[in-house]
Amino acid sequence: MSFMPSFLISLAAVAVLFGIGYGGAAAGAGAVIGIYVPYAALLVFLGGLVWKVADWANSPVPFRIPTTSGQQKSLDWIRRDPIDSPFTKGEVVLRMALEVLFFRSLLKNTKTQLHHGKPAYATDLWLWLAAIIFHYSMLVVLLRHLRLFLAETPFFVTAIERADGFMQVGVPVFYATSIGILLGLLWLLSRRILNPLVRYISLPNDYFPLLLLLGIAGSGFCLRYIDKTDIVAVKELTVGLASFSPAADAIANINPLFFGHLFLVAILFAYFPFSKLMHLAGVFLSPTRNLANNSRAERHINPWNPKVKMHTYDEYEDDFRDLMKEVGLPVEKE
Amino acid sequence: MSDKGKIFLGLIVFIVAVTYPMWGGVFAKTPAPDVQLPDGKCIESRDYMVANHMNMLDEWRDKFVREGEEIYIASDGTEHAISLTKTCMKSGCHDNKTEFCDKCHTYADVDPYCWDCHVAPDQVAPKGGN
Repeated sequence: MSFMPSFLISLAAVAVLFGIGYGGAAAGAGAVIGIYVPYAALLVFLGGLVWKVADWANSPVPFRIPTTSGQQKSLDWIRRDPIDSPFTKGEVVLRMALEVLFFRSLLKNTKTQLHHGKPAYATDLWLWLAAIIFHYSMLVVLLRHLRLFLAETPFFVTAIERADGFMQVGVPVFYATSIGILLGLLWLLSRRILNPLVRYISLPNDYFPLLLLLGIAGSGFCLRYIDKTDIVAVKELTVGLASFSPAADAIANINPLFFGHLFLVAILFAYFPFSKLMHLAGVFLSPTRNLANNSRAERHINPWNPKVKMHTYDEYEDDFRDLMKEVGLPVEKE
Repeated sequence: MSDKGKIFLGLIVFIVAVTYPMWGGVFAKTPAPDVQLPDGKCIESRDYMVANHMNMLDEWRDKFVREGEEIYIASDGTEHAISLTKTCMKSGCHDNKTEFCDKCHTYADVDPYCWDCHVAPDQVAPKGGN
């Protein structure tokens, strides 16, 4: 599918979904959107995620297939690269930690350019930076939301809020991650649209998650800074959801914008296990990353190799020794 | 393969973490705040005040401290002196910080820095003492 339809379909989908949440609540269906939909979405999220991961866990990985980009362990006097060609478990853990926490592979060959008519690969540092800013902002935003789900806010959430609002600008205090998550997403989206190489391979399932997250972050931004709502009523509803005793009477006091936000979040949860967003689990389960490159030191036998019935030459000769001698063929044992 | 145990363990850790909001509050239940509203009418509507009081106070501070304005004209035309402790928290209105401000702020984990400078009327030492 080409750019325009892909992008427009995704944009329209997010707009319609937001409209369902916003309009549904405004039309009096707040209980459906505020109570039933989130529970259903959480069930789909957890069920789908477990199913997907179980499917991956059941997929055989008989051999070591790490993608390496460094010298493997061989002779002692050849300098090796423990991270790009890990040999021990510890080195694999280090490699995975750098991947999961610092997105190390985004620093390699993420930009293709023509140099004197030949393609050359380089690091797209901006891509890495935008990804880091988005993901860590998202993490902080998620953790900050715990204040709405736990009646007594845990100390670490308060500490995160303090650190995030260190600029102490405005009321309510402006959080650095509020703008970080939006800027990160906007950069990732504009890269997809403006870079012709990336645009060519982009599909609705690339645009939709980005636009959905932008819709969530944008509506959340509005709820905090622009079109505010009764946060105590919101917390009554969300604490009620978390403790399985939904407070339906709080719904009437809540801005419909909140339900637009909540419905998009529910859609994100339900969509998550079936989308590219599953890189959340996939990054841990990539056989090209999480295996040690030790095939030259250890023999990895395919566990479902069929049992082969062996018939060695010695046995063959035992069977036919007399006949072989008769026709003058040489034999090993007389 | 032999990694199924590890994957299962990771899955359990993930599910426990994701459902933290559901089990994290089981032992500590705080009821939603039950705020006693004073009789009479606030300077703007209840819904507006609930959502936007912090912005109003923020603007008041800047108007009073930086621009020297002392009067706020409400949307219904009535005039009010710009003062946290003498207008909002005057006797008969929201004169009790603990019973009014703190109830929601504690519940929603909001920590406004009003009190870095201001002293709430109910927290002033009673007159006659030292």
